[in-house]
Amino acid sequence: MDIELRGITKRFGDLVANNNISLKIRAGEVLGLLGENGAGKSTLMNVLSGLYRPDEGEILIDGKPTRFESAGDAIRAGIGMVHQHFMLVPVFTVAENVVLGVEPVGPLDHLDLATAREQVRKISAEHGLDVDPDAIIEELPVGTQQRVEIIKVLFRSASVLIFDEPTAVLTPQEVTEFFGILRSLRDAGKALVFITHKLHEVLEVADRINVLRGGKVVGEAEPKTATEAELAEMMVGRAVHFQVEKRPARPGPALLEVRDLMVTNERDELAVDGVSLTVRQGEVVGVAGVQGNGQTELVEALAGLRPIVRGSVSFLGRDITRASARERHLLGIAHVPEDRHRSGMVGEFDIAENMVLDSYYDEPYSTGLTMHWPAVHKVCVKNVIEFDVRTPSIYALADHLSGGNQQKLIVARELSRNVKLVIAAQPTRGIDVGSIEYIHKRIIAARDAGVGVLIVSTELDEILSLSDHVLVMFRGRIAGEFDAANVSRSSIGLAMAGAAA
Amino acid sequence: MSDYIRQETAEEAALTRASAVRFDVEQLLIVPVLAVALAILLGGLTMLATGVSVPTVGQAFAALFTGSFGSLSAISETLTAAAPITLAALGVALGFRAGLFNIGAEGQMIAGGMAAVTVGFSLTGLPVFVHLPLALLAGIAAGAIWGAIPGWLKATTGAHEVITTIMLNLIAMQLTNFLLRNPPIQKPGRHDPVSSSVLSSAELPKLLTWLDPNLRLNAGIIITLVMVLLVYWLLFRTTLGFEFRASGLNPSAARYAGMRSSLIIVAVMAIGGALAGLAGANQVLGVLGRATPGFTGGAGFNAIAVALLGRSHPAGVLIAGILFGALDAGGRQMQVEAGVRIDLIAIIQALIIAFVAAPMLMRAAFPWAFRKNKPARP
Amino acid sequence: MAMSETASRANLDHIKRRQTLVIGWLLLALAVVVAAVFGLQSSGDATFGLALPGDMFTLPSLVVPAAPYNYAIAAVLAFFGFRQFMRGAARRSSIFLGIGLLLAVTTFLVWATAGKQFSLTGMLEATVVRAVPIALGGLVGTLCERVAVVNIGIEGMLLSGAFTGAIVGSLLGGWPGLVAAIAVGGLMGLALGVLVITYRVDQIIAGVAINLFALGLTSYVTSQVLTVHRELNNAPIFGGIDIPLLSNLPIIGRVFFQQNLFVYGAAILIAGATYYLFHTRSGLRARAVGEHPEAADTLGIDVYRTRYINVTIGGMVAGFAGAWFTLGSVGRFDINMTNGRGFIGLAAMIFGRWHPVGALLAALVFGFADSLQQKLAILQTPIPSEFLAMAPYIATIVLVAGLVGRARPPAADGKPYIKE
Repeated sequence: MDIELRGITKRFGDLVANNNISLKIRAGEVLGLLGENGAGKSTLMNVLSGLYRPDEGEILIDGKPTRFESAGDAIRAGIGMVHQHFMLVPVFTVAENVVLGVEPVGPLDHLDLATAREQVRKISAEHGLDVDPDAIIEELPVGTQQRVEIIKVLFRSASVLIFDEPTAVLTPQEVTEFFGILRSLRDAGKALVFITHKLHEVLEVADRINVLRGGKVVGEAEPKTATEAELAEMMVGRAVHFQVEKRPARPGPALLEVRDLMVTNERDELAVDGVSLTVRQGEVVGVAGVQGNGQTELVEALAGLRPIVRGSVSFLGRDITRASARERHLLGIAHVPEDRHRSGMVGEFDIAENMVLDSYYDEPYSTGLTMHWPAVHKVCVKNVIEFDVRTPSIYALADHLSGGNQQKLIVARELSRNVKLVIAAQPTRGIDVGSIEYIHKRIIAARDAGVGVLIVSTELDEILSLSDHVLVMFRGRIAGEFDAANVSRSSIGLAMAGAAA
Repeated sequence: MSDYIRQETAEEAALTRASAVRFDVEQLLIVPVLAVALAILLGGLTMLATGVSVPTVGQAFAALFTGSFGSLSAISETLTAAAPITLAALGVALGFRAGLFNIGAEGQMIAGGMAAVTVGFSLTGLPVFVHLPLALLAGIAAGAIWGAIPGWLKATTGAHEVITTIMLNLIAMQLTNFLLRNPPIQKPGRHDPVSSSVLSSAELPKLLTWLDPNLRLNAGIIITLVMVLLVYWLLFRTTLGFEFRASGLNPSAARYAGMRSSLIIVAVMAIGGALAGLAGANQVLGVLGRATPGFTGGAGFNAIAVALLGRSHPAGVLIAGILFGALDAGGRQMQVEAGVRIDLIAIIQALIIAFVAAPMLMRAAFPWAFRKNKPARP
Repeated sequence: MAMSETASRANLDHIKRRQTLVIGWLLLALAVVVAAVFGLQSSGDATFGLALPGDMFTLPSLVVPAAPYNYAIAAVLAFFGFRQFMRGAARRSSIFLGIGLLLAVTTFLVWATAGKQFSLTGMLEATVVRAVPIALGGLVGTLCERVAVVNIGIEGMLLSGAFTGAIVGSLLGGWPGLVAAIAVGGLMGLALGVLVITYRVDQIIAGVAINLFALGLTSYVTSQVLTVHRELNNAPIFGGIDIPLLSNLPIIGRVFFQQNLFVYGAAILIAGATYYLFHTRSGLRARAVGEHPEAADTLGIDVYRTRYINVTIGGMVAGFAGAWFTLGSVGRFDINMTNGRGFIGLAAMIFGRWHPVGALLAALVFGFADSLQQKLAILQTPIPSEFLAMAPYIATIVLVAGLVGRARPPAADGKPYIKE
């Protein structure tokens, strides 16, 4: 089945998310759709899968114009989507999730789960996707959940499969496995769309590449001949320097010392299992690893937001294992949280209020109970200018800033104080390349001023370009330790997958 | 060099220009006004539907107005009724600001009123300036405790405050029924549920008796105005208020910023309960002089409407509280003059809640009152 | 998730452990109370009447020696309590708590009846009758919350059903009254749906508004119109229907098979709702909408429609349950006659863990407390009825605080779904 999108335009209020986009999806081919965050990839695919209705343009299936009024229409037309955030009901079984929406039924609307199980088994056997139909989704590992998503799409006899950032949550090994599945589906004659912002992945698996920028298709590329640099330039609109310019680190004495740290997650499982690490003044320590290997819990424990079960943390020789977040903040530890919307800022506060979100209780912003707003506003103006937060006013709500500027606001808040240690979790997730470069520059500048930095990121490129020292986390443990001077991508990748370093 | 400096100050000046989003006319003004107007209109239709003749409906609306603002005594009645509703609504609004749904103002009012009435009749021989503050403090403390219980439960166990406050309201009602039927609170010699009368040394002084001895307006309205200012100061001028608002809008970010969420929850609920308790004390010490079942007159539930209508802002709450006080006072006049039962007011108040909480509905019903195409965000 | 395979479960189940201990202390406290209050102060025999006229055969009365019985039960409770502090008790602790509470209630009854006679069958019959509006209220909550719409407005919906049943029943007769009550309940459900689904009003606020609106409107019409036109408030009452054969069985015949339409209707509705929610295609889709509406939407399930349907059906059930107050018992409407039953229904839903049968069981317990409250006056016990009336509310607080086990609501409960 071939699909053609012609002149698709989709607006949200004043924002044009898709601007006159045309592209072709062909059977037996993997189309790589490359673009930065906010380039309009997900909107386009939501249009194609019937969740959004386009304002202009049309969708042609095998040459025939088609309109989708709902997701159901698209599914019936043979289009299936595997979303970045899995669309699985956590408390349902695999079989229930797979058949949801197209359930086999008996008389009296009776749900025929036996047939459902049988069908799931059949599809898993056909495509080599091993899953137990009676397993509860929330008890399955992420990789398996993705297989359930694929079975779900195949169960609806989709001939077009769209994958939205499918590798974000997978280990390098799982990624390889996933590419295998992708190729076998292609060879079975399916049309596939692979949406990503990762250059090497799209080069590895796509048969054809379309690049999106600012809601428009800005180019097409041939994976056999294209280079990462060319693609990056197309994606960003200018030449990109992947390497952050920096001098060699001049580390000072130890700042943060973590010994045999054990931390549990919400389900009382051991998430950090005996981690030891040291951050010295004037160096950047990077923690790499696939999402969900205990990094979140490690950072929260170091920031004083999660109780430590066992082990110790000391800062400048002082034991802070039991210190509260506020006490650590006062000692000069800054924390850039991994999810800015959920925990980094208050969207409905203005920029000034967000600028003092964690220092409001202290001079000069307040004395005793009383806030001194003029002092807050003065410092805020200074930081906004210094950290290049682009906003018409400091009274604008944080929600109204772009993702990159929101992140710069948080970085400004954390770095503008007199800090000794910065813990930054996913400091550049989901923001534009310009802001990424700027934030990286500020982090290196802080390092050069003698601040110790602990970066936790799932983006290997980020870890490699910033760190002086690299740790890899796997299943709650440090699975590998490398000096940035002599480390290869592949050795880190192996450690991320749990192979002994 | 000097050029450079001048440029920067220009940028600074631009950044501190007030932004337009601060005052949203549609949310703050148009929606509440339309909601109130539509609710009153539907109240009129309800009268017609129950066989009230058209002239009588006109008479009822006229009485609603004259009974609330038409004379000095009407204004006195309006403000007397507005005081407890506004006080309780300030407590509810504080909860809203901190992201807590305090449905328990009714129960907290009952607790405060019962404590105040007990102190008010049981301590004898005290001068006014000791007895009255004591009685008020007893109301504040009891309300604060009744409010702090769901706060404490939420902070320590995560129990949802909506469920616990609903249950605590019902418990407070049952407990009051019991207390009012038994010594020492029941008035000696009475068999119906009624408390002993508050001594004159614990009564809130009447303010306008020098004009006309029948004017019931009491010092409760002064307490209310002070509390409006105090809550404004607390919310927008203190670190505690900053913490309340931050945790209300994004509890996770507040926690990450080092704020202690459990402490904040208990503090908000206790302060909200204290305000509702003060409302209950105001009712028994200033208006009724004793406690009976239902002495709150449902003010604790109307407080939710008032907090919503006032957009959880102290000034808005005051205006909305006076409106609800006016509906109460005018409703009584309406019942006397036009023979339309005061229960009609409850319908209007319920409709105001529904409409004011549904800006999208107001927009759909009165498209001409709103800007076209408010930018939607993806 | 990925970690659970290797990670040793440190801090293993400390919450469960705490619950186990709390239950242990509760049981021990119960044992002390039973022994010290009900044991010490009981003398003579408690006689429980089981037989009623018309039984197929006559059962003798149950005679219990009060003090020995209560001491024995206190010992059992103490044993249960100590058991909680031993290893491996966590598994069945809530079952033991349930049995313990039930036994404690029997000692209370024995104590109150000591030296007197008391019709147990009559009391159980009243329990079933009084459980009807609570169980149905819980069912309303379950139907709504399973599609993630929190319904605080059950109380108001019950009140509207009762009111409509009385007026239409007076004008046109019982059956039209019942149909009208169901229709008006459905309209109230629909109104909740319009507010929270289409216009995204906060669900709690919408529920509060519905309660106040229903209370205001029914009170207004009652005082404005019905006080003058008394003939509008004099509805026929649905009488008992004897199920052939079964109705003559001792005890259970009277308790279960000589009831009126509302009791049988509630049983059918609860069975039907259980089948619908857990064994049908529509039920699976409804639950998906309550747990993960985005996922349901991507699969072509109409989230809004599903919510509208469930909330409206919930409203119709509430209308039926409301008619119980008038057409099923007294035949006339009184202001605020539901008296918090809708909120107890909400509690029954939470106790029943968002399952219709669970809500029914909880409602039977609450119905028991409710009918006990009436009987206490007859037995002349020194316990004030207000405290028994409070018991369900306190129990609910204890439950939501998670002291004795925690129920898990549907994941999207209370959240509006915004498409695009």
